[in-house]
Amino acid sequence: MQFFGGSDISPSPPVATGSGSNGHMMYVFNRNGICLLYREWNRPLRTLNSQQDYKLMFGLLFSLKSFTAKMDPTSVDKGNLGVPQLPGQGCSFHSFRTNTYKLSFMESPSGIKIILVTNPKTGDLRESLKYIYNLYVEYVVKNPLYSPGTPIKCELFNTSLDQYVKNLA
Amino acid sequence: MAPLAPRSGDAVFANVERVNAELFTLTYGAIVRQLLTDLEEVEEVNKQLDQMGYNIGIRLIDEFLAKSNVSRCVDFKETADVIAKVGLKMFLGVTASVTNWDVDGTSCSLVLEDNPLVDFVELPDTCQGLYYCNILSGVIRGALEMVSMKTEVTWVRDMLRGDDAYELRLKLLKQVPEEYPYKDDE
Repeated sequence: MQFFGGSDISPSPPVATGSGSNGHMMYVFNRNGICLLYREWNRPLRTLNSQQDYKLMFGLLFSLKSFTAKMDPTSVDKGNLGVPQLPGQGCSFHSFRTNTYKLSFMESPSGIKIILVTNPKTGDLRESLKYIYNLYVEYVVKNPLYSPGTPIKCELFNTSLDQYVKNLA
Repeated sequence: MAPLAPRSGDAVFANVERVNAELFTLTYGAIVRQLLTDLEEVEEVNKQLDQMGYNIGIRLIDEFLAKSNVSRCVDFKETADVIAKVGLKMFLGVTASVTNWDVDGTSCSLVLEDNPLVDFVELPDTCQGLYYCNILSGVIRGALEMVSMKTEVTWVRDMLRGDDAYELRLKLLKQVPEEYPYKDDE
């Protein structure tokens, strides 16, 4: 993409082999639980109003992180269940799959959580999530009109995101 | 696919977009000059520079994490090393050395031999209390706060005031872990 100047620092977008709608929806949260972004491409079933939906999603991930860290058989030092952890500490889970969808998750040490829900046949999306994080940096963080901690309203970010997710395998 | 290994400061610096050093230095100089004209009090300017640095730092941290691929630092020692070798290199093009650790490992000094912000600068007698590079202390404080560390960053040595190098004292006040933000009864 032009704005990266052809550098290979950010992972170059994984080769596009998919066609059309693959992504169902996407959430971006910050460390305080505020939903910065919610994008929906294909979601026939909606059970809760949006505020409850975000809280449920955030709460789920918060608990899952805590739980996976506690159940880690390899780590020596485990916090007690319920003790808040520093973002990025402990083992970090990255996806779960059901028979109808796959949820992929990435958290940066600064507490930005990116969640992408796709169809269950999707492969490992960690590189894609890193690429989306780079998009976030370029279009949102560097945007002087955006105040950190508020919902994202940048058209350019939304368009490039839609374009990228459309092409995900 | 295995996650990318963290890149060294030089590798990251080679890959980010760069701007002309003189443009950067002169722009910063113009900012400080304007602040002095607007605020007149040297203490006020110091505070304002620190605040500006803080606002920069809270955004800079995401760019740093995205481009340099470092994972969470295990302790404050590693944090200081990463700031000195990768962070400063990536954004300023210079590295610093980390010295003077105190007994608990919560306080250290970052020593910069070279500082691109101060090329061509001399402080006049009317501005002797000015910390010209105070924006840097704000940036580090802001960035560390976004990774759950509350710190205090102060200047110990400043070449513009006659010392032989730039030395920043970095003190970790506390680590603030993430808490569940919603109240249970909502």
